[in-house]
Amino acid sequence: MKKIDFLFAGVGGQGTILASDILAEVGLRCGYAVKKSEVHGMSQRGGAVESHVRWGEKVYSPLIEEGSADYLLGFEMLEAARWPHFLAPGATALVNRHRIMPPAVNLGQARYPEEKEIEDILSQAGARVVWVEGAAKARELGSPAVAGVVLLGTLSNYLAEPVEIWRAVIEEMVPPKFKELNVKAFQAGREMTAKNK
Amino acid sequence: MKKIMSGNEAIAYGAYLAGIKMGAGYPGTPSTEILENFARYPGVYAEWSVNEKVALDVGVGAAYAGARALVTMKHVGLNVAADSLFYVAYTGMKGSLVIVNADDPSLHSSQNEQDNRHYARFAKVPMLEPADAEEAKCFVKYAVEISETFDTPVIIRTTTRLSHSRAVVSLEEEPAREASPAEPAAYERNPAKYVMVPANARARHPVVEDRLKKLAAYAETAPFNCLEDGDSALGIITSGVVYQYAREVFPTATFLKLGMVYPLPAGLIRELAGRVKQVLVIEELDPFLEEQVRLLGIPARGKDIFPNLYEFSPGRVRQCAAEAGLISPQEKKTFSIPALPARPPMLCPGCGHRGVFYALQRLRTATFGDIGCYTLGAAPPLSALHTCGCMGASIGVVHGVDKVGVKDRTVAVIGDSTFFHSGVAPLINVFYNRGTSTVIVLDNRVTAMTGHQPHPGSGKTLMGEEAPLISVEEVARGIGFKKIDVVDPYDFKNVVETIKEHVKSGEPSVIVARHPCVLYTRERHAPYTVNLQACNECGNCLRIGCSPIGKVEGGVAIDASLCIGCGFCAAVCNQNAITQVS
Repeated sequence: MKKIDFLFAGVGGQGTILASDILAEVGLRCGYAVKKSEVHGMSQRGGAVESHVRWGEKVYSPLIEEGSADYLLGFEMLEAARWPHFLAPGATALVNRHRIMPPAVNLGQARYPEEKEIEDILSQAGARVVWVEGAAKARELGSPAVAGVVLLGTLSNYLAEPVEIWRAVIEEMVPPKFKELNVKAFQAGREMTAKNK
Repeated sequence: MKKIMSGNEAIAYGAYLAGIKMGAGYPGTPSTEILENFARYPGVYAEWSVNEKVALDVGVGAAYAGARALVTMKHVGLNVAADSLFYVAYTGMKGSLVIVNADDPSLHSSQNEQDNRHYARFAKVPMLEPADAEEAKCFVKYAVEISETFDTPVIIRTTTRLSHSRAVVSLEEEPAREASPAEPAAYERNPAKYVMVPANARARHPVVEDRLKKLAAYAETAPFNCLEDGDSALGIITSGVVYQYAREVFPTATFLKLGMVYPLPAGLIRELAGRVKQVLVIEELDPFLEEQVRLLGIPARGKDIFPNLYEFSPGRVRQCAAEAGLISPQEKKTFSIPALPARPPMLCPGCGHRGVFYALQRLRTATFGDIGCYTLGAAPPLSALHTCGCMGASIGVVHGVDKVGVKDRTVAVIGDSTFFHSGVAPLINVFYNRGTSTVIVLDNRVTAMTGHQPHPGSGKTLMGEEAPLISVEEVARGIGFKKIDVVDPYDFKNVVETIKEHVKSGEPSVIVARHPCVLYTRERHAPYTVNLQACNECGNCLRIGCSPIGKVEGGVAIDASLCIGCGFCAAVCNQNAITQVS
């Protein structure tokens, strides 16, 4: 069984933790040993959130090592740009086209990087950057909160794990009244990139 | 059956499986979820005590009465509870007592990076340290067994990385509700064991020393201390989550993986040293294991290679090992990452604390702070909090400042949960010692920072029952305070006037600034919007540090999806340029 390391980066309140929990559960159901790590604490106050998910035959560390993440899931553009040193050569960075301004930018003391700059930062590591219209699609579906699940839908195209497992895990792990919405979001993410893959 | 659990969930599950019936603790990252999860199991009682010391005494009482008890707290919580740890180390107990203590290497959410393994040696009690969630589950059972066999409290140490990482845990089919060997019964009186007056305590000390020797002997064959065979170049002594990192970096080395970090198995350590050319100790924070290994006369290496600061990771262990020549150096890729704007945590949109801190900023008070969400009042642009040390420190500190005659306007600010935790005693101190300090209690009715746990001012218990709601102002009145005001922190003009008047009054006083946590109550009103024609770009609204408000060409704009409609920005706008969307 091949090891696959996933790094999630986002902003508190974006659903990064739930999405990484879903991914860990999918790994478990597909027979991988799974470990996951995240930093809570101040994160729900709008701070940066990172989460590591590791699939493998045997996983020791819950943390991914620098230079070995196979996938970066950027829930927010600036947050994605912080992690090139974690990416393995040939890694795929799926980045939600969504900007959340940090305080220094709001106060006019700093500049939010351009899309091109973010792409350059991430591709130095030899990563392929794929922009995902997760935020736009989520708004279209009626809830900005499901952008992360759109991203998972996109990710599922790059992995060999059966789509039924993804759907079953999502249905079980999201709040019951948002089940349908999340399944739709997952499907949308899958379709969006099936085309441009 | 297998399930993915966090270290904290696994500890709670293990406690349930081990027949623990009573749990007490005080919330503190990264320990909080242990008790929250434990409370959901059938047939158990769990409580948020007002502070860690009370929680430990509650656990001691349950254990004295023959029950199996669990007490949880973060590392600095054990500082608060240390007095109780030291007496129960002497008395032992009839049932069993497991203390789970969460360290925070890298200070993800703490004021220091203390290494609580020292408490085990200091208080002469055993300490276990699991390395993943499965072990976390199992180690609670071991801890109960050790506690009952050796008549001692047992500490389980976790770290943030263990508590908050998730891994696969095997579920036990039918949670076996083992009966405690000492069934809870009427409290048995045994003053020589439980009354720690000097004569009795003097007699208990040799018992404690003897117990440590027995525990060290037990450590030699205990199932959680394992020699793992490998090649003979390096023998690595390690424990906890650091074991996982070391395993990735040194896949073929010989390992002594310690599940119990105090007392140590001298025989196993000597055996490892006899098998390998070089002994290496890999541990986060202090050289706690290394020093004890060296005391055995073994020339181990450790802190000369792996630093005593911050948490480790596979990459960090690899880099240190490569620098020391233990492994071949990695080809290092360098990246040019331009300076990206940071994203620090801030007070939430609509947070009531903002109103008080903005008023304090305008009044230029010297503000002595405490531990909680409101510590974020120190961050720019509010920059309105000038000290933060530990739980409950603010009131004693402002009293000391006031007693030496500082002429600034001074105030203490303390949260509601923190007030009940350790603010009442210093408030009595201010009044008794004829102080003149003004104490502002930021009352949002819940322990917000750690994820909304109830406290004595919430009207609810951890078990979900209704509870008497203890009023901060009534407590102050009971002490004897005459000058007490309750304000709504959104009422900006009133807040400013009230603080001014209290500070000037020259008598001890209390202001309760009360607004329930909006993140908890999910309070939401129509958002506010900016009329750019009326905006004169004075920057007042930017100075309140509310994340939906951002600078744009010719003024500011409010992100309607983030704004909860508290209206505080409109209250500080001199141009009436900010209005609610109707």
